[in-house]
Amino acid sequence: MQETIQILSEADAIVARQRGREIARTLGFSIVDQTRIAISISELARNIILYAGTGEVLITDLVAGYDDIGIEVIAADNGPGISDLNLALVDGYSTSNGLGMGLPGTKRLMDEFSIDTTPGVGTRITIRKWLHSRHF
Amino acid sequence: MQVPILRMNDVLIVTLGEDITDEEAISIKHDILVRIKETECEGLLIDISVVDLIDSFMGRVLNEIAEMARLMGSRTAITGMSPQVAITMVELGLKLEGVYTALTVERGFEWLKNQKTGA
Ligand SMILES: Nc1ncnc2c1ncn2[C@@H]1O[C@H](COP(=O)(O)OP(=O)(O)OP(=O)(O)O)[C@@H](O)[C@H]1O
Ligand SMILES: [Mg+2]
Repeated sequence: MQETIQILSEADAIVARQRGREIARTLGFSIVDQTRIAISISELARNIILYAGTGEVLITDLVAGYDDIGIEVIAADNGPGISDLNLALVDGYSTSNGLGMGLPGTKRLMDEFSIDTTPGVGTRITIRKWLHSRHF
Repeated sequence: MQVPILRMNDVLIVTLGEDITDEEAISIKHDILVRIKETECEGLLIDISVVDLIDSFMGRVLNEIAEMARLMGSRTAITGMSPQVAITMVELGLKLEGVYTALTVERGFEWLKNQKTGA
C-alpha cells in the first residue's frame, strides 16, 4: 500500500496528517503513536509549504523481520535544500522566525529519521515508526 | 466553520474542534480578541478536549491568543488536553506559556472565577 499526497497548501498538510493517522490506525498503532505520526507529517508538510512552496508526502506500510510492521513517510520537495543540516536539527534553529522545533521534534517523535538534501535541488526526509521493536 | 464563543458570567468559553484548519485557527484568534473587547470579559477558557493534535502551528496560535488576551487584560485557561496531545507536544518541544491548564472545563472555569475575586 502506498499513498501520495500532493502538498500545495496548508490544507494539504492537514489532509496528509489525517491520512497518516488513518493508515497508522489501520496498521494497529496506539493512539499515542498515531498522534506522533500525524504531528510529524504535519511538521514536514508545513516545512515543504514554507521553504519549498510545494512537494509531496508519500505514506507506505512496511514489513520487517519476523513479524514487525511499520509505517514510512517520505516528505519530498524540489525546493532550496538545507544548507546546514546540523544546524537545522538543533532545537530552536529557524530561518523563518519559527520555533525551530519541527525537524528536531519529528526526530524525537519517530523511530527513524533521515534527511537527503542538496542545496538548489531539494530535500527528501524519510521517517519511520515500528509497531513492536526498533530497527536501526 | 464558525466556532461559537459563549459567555458565562465574566468568562468567554471557546471549544475547539477536532481538526481545525489554519484559516479557522486564525479566524478564531481574531474573533476571540474582538469578543474580549466587546464583552470586557477578564477570563478566557479554551477547551481542547476533542483536539487531536497540537503541532507547531497550533501551539503558536494558542500562545498568541493567550498573550494577546493577557495584553488586553484577560486571563486564559486551556482545558481538557488528552494524554496523547500532552505526550506529543512535550516530545515535539512545544510549550504553552502564560496559560493555566486544567483537566476539565469546570476546573478551568473555577480558576478563572477565583482569579477575578482574588480568592
Ligand atoms: N523542506 C525544507 N526545505 C528547505 N529548508 C528546510 C526544509 N525543512 C526545514 N528547512 C530548514 O530547516 C530549519 C529548521 O526547520 P524546523 O521545522 O525545525 O523549524 P522551523 O520550520 O524554522 O520552525 P517550526 O517548525 O518550529 O515552526 C528551517 O528554518 C529551514 O531553514
Ligand atoms: Mg518547521
